[in-house]
Amino acid sequence: MKPTLTRLASGALLAAGLLAAAPAMAGKTLDAIKQRGQLICGVNPSLPGFAAADSQGNWAGLDVDVCKAIAASILGDATKIKWVPLNASQRFAVLQAGEIDILSRNTTWTLTRDASLGLNFTGVTYYDGQGFMVPKKMKVSSAKQLKGATVCVQSGTTTEKNLSDYSKAAGLNMKPVVFDTQEATNKAYFAGRCQAYTTDASGLASVRNKEAGNPDDHVILPDLISKEPLGPSVRRGDDEFFAIAKWVVFALIEAEEYGITQANVDQLAKDSKDPVVQRILGTSEDTGKLLGLDKDWAARAIKAVGNYGEVFERNVGPKSSLKLPRGANNLWNKGGLMYAPPVR
Amino acid sequence: MPPPPKRRRWTWRSQAFRGVVYQLVALAVLVAAGALLLSNTLENMRARGIKSGFDFITEPAGFAIGESLIPFDSAESYGKAYAVGLANTLRVALVGIVAATLLGTLVGISRLSRNALVKRLAGAYVEVTRNVPLLLQLFMWYFALTEFLPPIEEALRPLPGFFFSKNGLQFPLPWWSAEQGWFLDMPEKTEISVVGGGAVTPEYLTVLLGLTVYTAGYIAEVVRAGIQAVPIGQHEAAASLGLSRWHTLRLVQMPQALRVIIPPLTSQYLNLTKNSSLAVAVGYPDVLSIAATSLNQTGRAIECITIVMACYLTLSLLTSAFMGIYNRRARLKER
Repeated sequence: MKPTLTRLASGALLAAGLLAAAPAMAGKTLDAIKQRGQLICGVNPSLPGFAAADSQGNWAGLDVDVCKAIAASILGDATKIKWVPLNASQRFAVLQAGEIDILSRNTTWTLTRDASLGLNFTGVTYYDGQGFMVPKKMKVSSAKQLKGATVCVQSGTTTEKNLSDYSKAAGLNMKPVVFDTQEATNKAYFAGRCQAYTTDASGLASVRNKEAGNPDDHVILPDLISKEPLGPSVRRGDDEFFAIAKWVVFALIEAEEYGITQANVDQLAKDSKDPVVQRILGTSEDTGKLLGLDKDWAARAIKAVGNYGEVFERNVGPKSSLKLPRGANNLWNKGGLMYAPPVR
Repeated sequence: MPPPPKRRRWTWRSQAFRGVVYQLVALAVLVAAGALLLSNTLENMRARGIKSGFDFITEPAGFAIGESLIPFDSAESYGKAYAVGLANTLRVALVGIVAATLLGTLVGISRLSRNALVKRLAGAYVEVTRNVPLLLQLFMWYFALTEFLPPIEEALRPLPGFFFSKNGLQFPLPWWSAEQGWFLDMPEKTEISVVGGGAVTPEYLTVLLGLTVYTAGYIAEVVRAGIQAVPIGQHEAAASLGLSRWHTLRLVQMPQALRVIIPPLTSQYLNLTKNSSLAVAVGYPDVLSIAATSLNQTGRAIECITIVMACYLTLSLLTSAFMGIYNRRARLKER
């Protein structure tokens, strides 16, 4: 009798512990966001097209829109966000320490980062590759010609390693000059300290556009020397918020696939007969409750920032000053890599 | 015969006994607090899936270092990368200490000059360098060097064999090889760069100039105060013996002033070494810059910071020990 009782008691204790602990653990981030009425989002301090603030302090960019979409899904208001501008070298520590809810800062997804930094990448929001920018007057047309060149690079990035790998493989003996902030890197390159500037190709386009006295004096070389899948990341140990961050982005991609736009989302929510669209917009089944969100979570995200294609076009695509081609970031059925698991 | 000293009784009534107990308790509390912090940190890191440990030291670093005294290849370990960074820190700190001492002494003595212009200029130098933040001074030097110098294709050639450009300073370097014996390695111009000879980058020049000029301002004040601390009678006695001003300074005032100068001078040397950690702002690969890169490649924040702290602590303690020896030699010897 006695052993059974003890076992029962310990079983009950364990169950009570699990019951008590489980909800508190799983929804910690989501609860905190709802309680404070604000999403805290870590972004790049200044990378127009991805994240940059205007003179009124309004943030815009592709990385910024990811946070806006998530805030809209959770809180129903895309403006309820506290922006935390972060350097490359600060970003992971700030996320680990719990000072931000999500890091949406053109960050490359790699094994080391995913497996050892206590964070989870939620997906890819921009497929990029590392490139080089050189002054036009150098008359260089390929990275292979940069033998012995000094290259300006920002510290705390995957870029440093890629540069050294490429330089070694191609026997180029490039010399990196490493700065701890992007501003310092930009200044040194445009002052002529380095013969080349290296970072992700999208970053090069942004820097050339914003910082160069005359953007036409600099060329971005066609060589891409690495794969740079950029995406947001969240702290480990909170699967519920991890799922939300993943699925909000998937919903934006799926919205593009099914033709749901910022302009027609309200209309479609009212009269669409397509079951897939109904499901995404939450007018038939309730996918929101599975994520701990309201029924119309995806519709709110789309209403706030548009579908993925609109986000791309507005910030970095043809309608923006960067004019980056859609390329690998097109939908899977249009020759690109953007593929979202079904929202159902 | 005096009574034999009483044996100490190890009871609570003995002050010595209570003292030992208090010390042990204090030590135990300190150790317990340290252990609690450490275990708490490790537990938190484990819970959040953050890897920890120093095992990364032997792994290949995978990044290149722009300039180094020791040849470094990206396939070599993080440990070697740290060594390269430390060598870079030492290279700038040691040269900086020598240069700042020379410049500071010169300015300090000039502040006591009878020539009003020299005196005022030295005074202005001290006020400006001590009152502008070092980081700003570094930025100023860096942009002066990179903005105003010509690109490498049109490098200035102040002397034959010297090239001064945005790429830094290249200069002839005496070198020894088995085939040629001693020879002068002359830099030569190629299509997009200058090869051979010795070379320092604008980053190195910036940090060296910045640290030297800034610290010299403080050293100047230390030297001035030291000389003024020597009683005026010494100066008058030397003058009445017919010593020239230079001899008075060198043989009478300076040896006595050194006793006052050395301790604060030591702390200026420590400051210079520690301030060299600002090098990362202008892209010089010192030990902190290497640590920042390693930290980001491996994510081992606590470990990387610990290594850097150990490096600076060791450098500081070594400098202190060395200056301590020098201080004892300069001390007034009473026989």
